[in-house]
Amino acid sequence: MHMADALISPAVGATMWAATAGAAAYSIKKVQSKLDDKKIPLMGVMGAFIFAAQMINFSIPGTGSSGHLGGGLILAILLGPYAGFLAMASILIIQALFFADGGLLALGCNIFNLGFFTCFVAYPLVYKNMIGKEFFAKRIIIASMVTAIIGLQLGAFGVVLETLFSGKTELPFSSFVLLMQPIHLAIGIVEGLVTAAAVSFVWKARPEIMEKAALNQALGALPIKKVMIGLAAIAVFTGAVLSWFASSHPDGLEWSMFKTSGKEELEASGNIHQKLAAIQGETAFLPDYGFKAAGKIEPTEEQTEKWPAVNGGTSLSGLVGGMMTLLLAAFMGFIINVKNKVKKRSE
Amino acid sequence: MSHHITEGKDLFYAYPDGHQAVNGISFRIHHGESVGIIGANGAGKSTLLMLLTGILMPANGEVIIGEVRLNKDNMAMIRQRLGMVFQNPDDQLFMTTVHDDVAFGPRNLKIDEPQVEQRVVSALEQVGILHLKDRAPFHLSAGEKRAAAIASVLSLMPDILILDEPTSSLDPKSRRRLMKILGGFEHTKIITSHDLDMVLDICQRVIVMKDGQAIADGPAKGVLTNKVLMEEAGLEMPLSLQGCPVCGGEKT
Amino acid sequence: MSNIVNAMYNIRQFDELARRDSLIHRMHPLAKLLATLVYTVLLVSYDKYATIALLPFVFFPVYVAAAAKIPLEPLLKRLLYIEPMIVGIGLLNPLFDHGTVVVLGYAISSGWLIFLSIFLKGTLAVTSALLLIATTGMDGVALSLRKLMVPKIFVLQMMLTYRYISVLLEEAARTVQAYDLRAFSSQRLKREVWGPLLGQILIRTMDRAQRIYDAMCLRGFSGEYCIGKAARPGWKDIIYVMTWGVLSAAFRGINLPLWLGNLLTGAGK
Ligand SMILES: Nc1ncnc2c1ncn2[C@@H]1O[C@H](COP(=O)(O)OP(=O)(O)OP(=O)(O)O)[C@@H](O)[C@H]1O
Ligand SMILES: [Mg+2]
Repeated sequence: MHMADALISPAVGATMWAATAGAAAYSIKKVQSKLDDKKIPLMGVMGAFIFAAQMINFSIPGTGSSGHLGGGLILAILLGPYAGFLAMASILIIQALFFADGGLLALGCNIFNLGFFTCFVAYPLVYKNMIGKEFFAKRIIIASMVTAIIGLQLGAFGVVLETLFSGKTELPFSSFVLLMQPIHLAIGIVEGLVTAAAVSFVWKARPEIMEKAALNQALGALPIKKVMIGLAAIAVFTGAVLSWFASSHPDGLEWSMFKTSGKEELEASGNIHQKLAAIQGETAFLPDYGFKAAGKIEPTEEQTEKWPAVNGGTSLSGLVGGMMTLLLAAFMGFIINVKNKVKKRSE
Repeated sequence: MSHHITEGKDLFYAYPDGHQAVNGISFRIHHGESVGIIGANGAGKSTLLMLLTGILMPANGEVIIGEVRLNKDNMAMIRQRLGMVFQNPDDQLFMTTVHDDVAFGPRNLKIDEPQVEQRVVSALEQVGILHLKDRAPFHLSAGEKRAAAIASVLSLMPDILILDEPTSSLDPKSRRRLMKILGGFEHTKIITSHDLDMVLDICQRVIVMKDGQAIADGPAKGVLTNKVLMEEAGLEMPLSLQGCPVCGGEKT
Repeated sequence: MSNIVNAMYNIRQFDELARRDSLIHRMHPLAKLLATLVYTVLLVSYDKYATIALLPFVFFPVYVAAAAKIPLEPLLKRLLYIEPMIVGIGLLNPLFDHGTVVVLGYAISSGWLIFLSIFLKGTLAVTSALLLIATTGMDGVALSLRKLMVPKIFVLQMMLTYRYISVLLEEAARTVQAYDLRAFSSQRLKREVWGPLLGQILIRTMDRAQRIYDAMCLRGFSGEYCIGKAARPGWKDIIYVMTWGVLSAAFRGINLPLWLGNLLTGAGK
């Protein structure tokens, strides 16, 4: 699933953008340092290939349904993690722009969820280790399946966490996880099978392609630790800057996520479920406050903003005002249209 | 201007899978000549062009462009004088607008932008598609794509123009237009094609290839009317030279 | 198949829209990108119950669409594709949010406000992103990325992807069609053909990459991507970004609908 702008808070969006930009900058440096210009058109065209392949319906055996390819794993296998990540990023950028898949702010999340976990976690840690030095048809299938599943599970969990930290929904952590992870298990299996089928075919028909791909990657083993530490640093830094900004601008944008997550780390209560339930409680705290006690509390600016108050009169004037706003917007559009037409006629 | 000689000396090339695609070819093409290279599918024509442009390196023999032997070090220099139009224009038009594609070569030469602009406009005018300047390649028809691909090498102002099957997938009208464009160049032209009428029209000289070797090299008309030779190469005489099937008469 | 055709049509349509001419089209791409980004950030910064308060954010997309003469049909069509997912997530909220609000005397789950809020935010964010590409085009996006110091190598690679999407979509369509013709069956591909079908396109793709690379090298490519100098943003562009930045911030800061409503109904005194 793509993360969407509608579900995200600016802080989460910005943090994930920073992490994604960091990973991309590092990948570009790595790709450039190998000085293989040949890779640039290959990355470009492979990106287009994945884009097209995503549109093909694969019928899933034993079920009536069909699945699609995501493509992150194929890209990692054929281009290596760095170039694969960059190619995936390009695809997602184009999709965000032309198909509005996700949106601009959520793009950082999406590139991270669909590119980073597969290329920089699942592929080097799982696939490379399982596949070993030589290819076997069976090994390719199993390794692709396991890698795809792990990559997509991580990505789905990323969506859950990003949604939760953004606090734009009321979905409880446990329900959301129970919804997302199984769906992505199915998606992961299809991804693994399709990837394995394509890769095995290429390996049989043109073994030199696979050998070259493997050779290319042997040149630079992935310093996972370094990448992870770098990214963590970026995320912490962005988070710190944003929360500083939030605390010095208390009634500016909503940065509640960082306040809660900061507290989280202090409470070392091992159980993640409990922890997240606590966050859940914190984010749910505001509405109760706003709605049940609104009558007693002076309507500060914060309060008026959370418009729906218990007061029936306020809600009426809110509705009327909303209608007026929409009418004004429509009127503006109408005027511009008329002006355009007049201009066209006078030309 | 005999200094722009294109010469192949005893060229051999085998693909990694062992297939001997070019098998000992020699020729010498003078400046301003237009030469057609013909032969059945798989005869090795495209491979030969790739050897001439340094995309492939011969296993044996040498390519000489303007008295200089082509090697890895002088490749970039020599390539500035060569313009190659690929068989499939989609492989060649890799930018997102016609303009940027035609500007790609000159920009790589680090020419000043106003001059790049000049070259782009003049190249597009030569092939008659200046009005398509800002279009995306996927909005173009096959004939327009071909014209854009040719413009994209003309902007480099090459001394030698190399075209791989320029008339394939063109309708009769686009084909005729293309032939007119090609006829208007005073460059050296090396053209491979299955369109023998086009070869007859544009080229003074023809090299016939078979199994990676040249089995004939001579004036276009003489070669193309040699029925025995053409049959040996797996080809047929150009339609315009074949006897009229209705009246049975021989055209001369 | 229909997926492929739709995707192809969609890309062409937006590409064509971006090649039109209007006040907005003539604006510097970077200005449009920044205005849209500021707008989106402020839009999604509303809290989860904000509904009517964020309605003034309708002004920006309406203005851009009208001034750029972008037809509504392609935007609405895309929205229809995207909306089900947003609506799906949104609809779960009334189940889990146990708060209640009173609207015009009726008590409803406050989860419905979340649903409405997500729906509005999603629609507005999606529309403004689509309007960005419909008035800027991929070349404009590439140009603004360069201005934002994104390395050339990445921009070139992304543009190649964009360029070859239509070529590969056509290739995929042809291949799937050839399969359909022989399989006399459904639109879906059986397991046995996954490998050959995808693998063949993949191999052709890689060969194509090699030919493209050759074509690039023959025209002097050496790993350095040279793009022409792009126009700098002018004062008009700066004013555009400033205007919409300030307007969005103002809408975010003052609750315009409530203010208007109070004015009209005389409430809140
Ligand atoms: N990449 C390759 N790997 C292996 N063999 C190849 C490769 N490319 C071409 N060949 C083989 O080399 C021979 C010559 O190919 P080439 O493309 O030069 O022929 P051609 O004369 O251009 O044919 P056509 O008229 O079909 O374009 C053919 O038998 C072909 O199968
Ligand atoms: Mg050929």
